[in-house]
Amino acid sequence: MEPGRSPPLPYPLITTDADPQRPGFSPNQAATYFGCFRVAFICYTSTQDFLRVLNFMTTFSGHDLSCIRGERLVFQGLNFAIEAGDALVLVGPNGSGKSSLLRVMAGLLKPATGQLAWNGEPVNDDPEEHRGRLHYVGHHDAIKPVLTVSENIAFWAGLHAGENDAEVAVEKALDILSIPHLAEIPGRFLSAGQKRRANLARIFAAPAPVWLLDEPTTALDKASIAKLEEALAEHRAGGGMVILSTHMDVALENPKTLDLAEFTVPLTPLEAGDMML
Amino acid sequence: MMRAFFLTIRRDLRLALRQGADSIMVVMFFVLTAVLFPFGVGPELNILARIAAGVIWVGALLASMLSLERLFQADYEDGSLELLALTPTPLGVIVLAKVCAHWLTTGLPLIIASPLLAVLLNMSSDGFGVMLIALLLGTPSLSLIGSIGAALILGARRGGVLLSLLVLPLYVPVLIFGVGAVDAAIGGFEVKAQLFILGGIFLATLPLAPIGAAAALRQALE
Repeated sequence: MEPGRSPPLPYPLITTDADPQRPGFSPNQAATYFGCFRVAFICYTSTQDFLRVLNFMTTFSGHDLSCIRGERLVFQGLNFAIEAGDALVLVGPNGSGKSSLLRVMAGLLKPATGQLAWNGEPVNDDPEEHRGRLHYVGHHDAIKPVLTVSENIAFWAGLHAGENDAEVAVEKALDILSIPHLAEIPGRFLSAGQKRRANLARIFAAPAPVWLLDEPTTALDKASIAKLEEALAEHRAGGGMVILSTHMDVALENPKTLDLAEFTVPLTPLEAGDMML
Repeated sequence: MMRAFFLTIRRDLRLALRQGADSIMVVMFFVLTAVLFPFGVGPELNILARIAAGVIWVGALLASMLSLERLFQADYEDGSLELLALTPTPLGVIVLAKVCAHWLTTGLPLIIASPLLAVLLNMSSDGFGVMLIALLLGTPSLSLIGSIGAALILGARRGGVLLSLLVLPLYVPVLIFGVGAVDAAIGGFEVKAQLFILGGIFLATLPLAPIGAAAALRQALE
């Protein structure tokens, strides 16, 4: 194109030299514009930070939860809400739905009604993020018989923690439960209590704010329970949440209690007869 | 996500390596079924050469199915599957990793053993190369399709029988085009079409099977 004969552009251009004949911004004007954007951006981010500070109490809550197992309504109309640093103890007789509630919280079981929320936002919006912030200890210990204890733990820590140095984390986790001597022992040689401790070490090896523990004290001796209590207190002091079901007494500082017996649906004689058949 | 994928493959390979016997047994089963045929149909070389491709493919099918039952079963029983479903990685990615490990420990040894069987069955040497390529394209599809069945049978009694009922009909297309490719190569025809279809089946099952298997696993965990 010949110089000087460029067609007039319908949109403003940033020119390198201030030429009053051509439409567009001078560098000065452009700088002002960008400055405005920057100020707006800084305002925006700082407001976000401020809101985050206001919001620092993270909450995990469930609203109107009910659960159906094998055509039986286990509990209904259950609400709970805990904040960072809280511990929630689930109590209730056998079959009252403690494990089911923990599985619902973990997202393994879909509640028949109601929903879980994290900071007020439904967990179902981003189930992967929810799974990333929780650790679940169930009835099974998930220890592979042919892998050593540290290999077992390192695998789970690696899946959860991302880029962290897994080996150091595993060592630390084994120290918490004072089982570093088991690190190189294959899973098949462990006793029930040692397996349980290895399984608990798994949750210490990768950080996650929510711990869902289903009968964590099963098969543990007194000394190990004391270590677990210490670890739970430390987790809560760091802003973590603990939800556990237990028949044993686990010493926790001012825990909240949720009695599932209040939410169970009594069987009518007809249903009970059906179940016996 | 990639990290979780490779971690899972490494763990499953390590498990397979330490348990050892599983993948060797699969290969032995494959070899033995193929070796039984000369006894059954008689040592007539022409007949053996005629059925060689079919025998090898059916043997590979059955052998890969034999090991599929254990794909998720062990993890399901010891609670690992729950924890795998609770990691921040999508379950489909974990399934894909497990299928990769399964193929590496069963499909790959089968492919390595197959030329030996081809020689035993007096297959024409024109078919060797195509057979290897067809198995390379076909056996991953077998593992992928099988993973859906393996996820569906969790918690069922006599899962192994149920698995074969579910999965074998779905293996038929792979079998037809796998055998077709080898036969075409031996007859001196063009084999591209069959290989393309095998590749197509693989590419279709690669994203779809993990999604299906992950859905079935979530169902099994409820």
